[in-house]
Amino acid sequence: MIGAIRRQLWTFHGGVHPVQHKHVSTQSPIRRPRLPQRIVLPLHQHIGEPAEVVVKVGDHVLKGQMIAHATGYVSAPVHASTSGKVVDIGEAPIPHPSGLSASCIVIEPDGEDRWIEHSPVENYREIAPSALRNIIREAGIVGLGGAGFPSYIKLNPGHHKMVKTLVLNGVECEPFITCDDMLMRERADMIRGGIEIIRHALQAEECLIAIEDNKTAAFESMRKAVAGMDKVEVVQVPTLYPQGSEKQLVRVLTGKEVPRDGLCLNVGVVCVNVGTAAAVHRAIHLGEPLISRIVTITGGAVGQPCNLEVLIGTPMNELLSQCDGDISRIERMIMGGPMMGFALHRSDLPVIKTTNCVLAATVTDLPPARPVMPCIRCGACADACPVNLLPQQLYWHSKTKDLDKVQEYDLFDCIECGACSYVCPSNIPLVQYFRYAKGDIWTREREKEKSELARKRHESRQKRLEREKAEREAKRQQKKSALDATGMAEKGQEEAAAALQRAETRRDAALREAEKRRGEGWQEGTKDDASRTRESERDSN
Amino acid sequence: MIIAIIALSVLAVAFGLTLGYAAIRFKVEGDPLVDRIDALLPQTQCGQCGFPGCRPYAEAIAGGNADINQCPPGGEATIMALADLLDRDPKPLNPENGQEKSKTVAIIDEMRCIGCTLCIQACPVDAIVGAAKHMHTVIAEECTGCNLCVPPCPVDCIDMAPVKQNILAWKWPYPEQKAAGRTT
Repeated sequence: MIGAIRRQLWTFHGGVHPVQHKHVSTQSPIRRPRLPQRIVLPLHQHIGEPAEVVVKVGDHVLKGQMIAHATGYVSAPVHASTSGKVVDIGEAPIPHPSGLSASCIVIEPDGEDRWIEHSPVENYREIAPSALRNIIREAGIVGLGGAGFPSYIKLNPGHHKMVKTLVLNGVECEPFITCDDMLMRERADMIRGGIEIIRHALQAEECLIAIEDNKTAAFESMRKAVAGMDKVEVVQVPTLYPQGSEKQLVRVLTGKEVPRDGLCLNVGVVCVNVGTAAAVHRAIHLGEPLISRIVTITGGAVGQPCNLEVLIGTPMNELLSQCDGDISRIERMIMGGPMMGFALHRSDLPVIKTTNCVLAATVTDLPPARPVMPCIRCGACADACPVNLLPQQLYWHSKTKDLDKVQEYDLFDCIECGACSYVCPSNIPLVQYFRYAKGDIWTREREKEKSELARKRHESRQKRLEREKAEREAKRQQKKSALDATGMAEKGQEEAAAALQRAETRRDAALREAEKRRGEGWQEGTKDDASRTRESERDSN
Repeated sequence: MIIAIIALSVLAVAFGLTLGYAAIRFKVEGDPLVDRIDALLPQTQCGQCGFPGCRPYAEAIAGGNADINQCPPGGEATIMALADLLDRDPKPLNPENGQEKSKTVAIIDEMRCIGCTLCIQACPVDAIVGAAKHMHTVIAEECTGCNLCVPPCPVDCIDMAPVKQNILAWKWPYPEQKAAGRTT
């Protein structure tokens, strides 16, 4: 037991200590909210390709039924989170920093909450890891820590890579959020079940469960749950933001630096959130797909901050009203925490797989941004940066939109943790600049690709037009030469010349005749019509 | 004296031959500068610059017959990139060529289309499909929003609609400058 506590730990560069605000939402146990009036399930709740709808409007679906299947390798299916009728398939607002709408399936619950038939796995140890991964994929499990990366991909180390350590991430370093904390306190056995399965799938030697030292209850609960397991250790790590970030956590636990373009797998580690482990347990042992998650409802505008086990697709305002939330007091409603979360544009957006927290913040929680002052190049941001970047330089080049230069300073290594903005004495929203610059670079790349395509299409069109012109020309030439070959052309020319000759002689003869007549005519005083015509002809000639 | 002259002459001939051979052996086909300028242009082929397409404009810039601020679809970003490449001072877009607008895509009102194929002939990137006396439609992904199909349409059934924003292509905006009283 002492060994568990005394494990050697390393540190990462920088980090900050924001005010925790965690205890407010850990006072009451996890409870289930009422069944909502409407369930809105976006097709794109994960990283990768959006899922593809497999139901029609009017269909009756059961709880846990797959209603949209995964498309492509990096994708995840979506399941109905309660039984009811599909009333709409189309655009609806989703929680996203843009405030835009996206494709969603809307279900009207029938109130029965009737499950599909469960098909749990009897003995997962007898199943090949690839089959296990497939079940996890079909269950729609994605990383519940916040990123939403499809979990089955993470559980596939590939042929050559050995996984030495499985890291269970129960760090939860962001202020206000306590969903993992409460899960570890109340459902440690589920997490244990998930660990066993994931370890089997990865064939990992050891397992470390990392918990920050501000969560003592969760630490004790987890230690009890995994007691007796071979090579599984619960590790208490000092509280420091952003320790929950995968690469930083791996460094703290193992002392290994994950390469900048690499994954944790490159250093023989796979990192999984505790919530994801519990979801894996449910999928394998109970046969339940991912249709609910624990969400922290907190913030100054919430009367009873707590953690709820919410069906995916439940509108957030229904959750707020069940926790004595006062929507009129909300200054900013945030999905996620105050450091990495984003502001929501409306309160009736659905909870999705990556919604770990709904923060209904008042002015006291998040005071309005103070006026931005010029950068004084104090370097506080560089001291706080957990990835050893130079935020002041990145800021300088992002501000002037120098997109090449900003990449030279490794913009894409930025994890957008917000530590630099947090410490900036000039109140510069540094992370906003970095997010902007990243987006601009991606847009530029996309546009370049598109213009390259347009150029190719234009060039091939030009070529086609030229070819068609050449073909027409060639056809004309061919016709002409065909005529030449048969001698038709020469014959024709001869005939034309002869005709011309004949016409000329005839005209000359007529003229001479007219002259003669004129000489006589003056005396007669008459002229016939024909000669008059010929005369006018000659005049015009 | 004579030795020096002979030596220099021999050297001159030798270098001359080397240079002459190199000029033939390593001859660059086409103008690489034109390619580099062309790569920076947005390839809408819209002709707003006064040249019949992006490549002719690139050739004109390389030949010194056109300025770098004549491309409205490329806008400020293209002007900056061209200025950077050619080491010239960036200047604002020439208003005679038009104004920088948000991206658009052509949409054919299929009820009104009479199938005359005139727009198909006008499209510089073959982004319109259809046949004579059959309905035409625009392949939205391939459309560059150049506007060239609009004037030839005899029944005026083509509209230029702004490109719809979607979540995947959305990007964070440039942070607002809420500067405190005194700024430098």
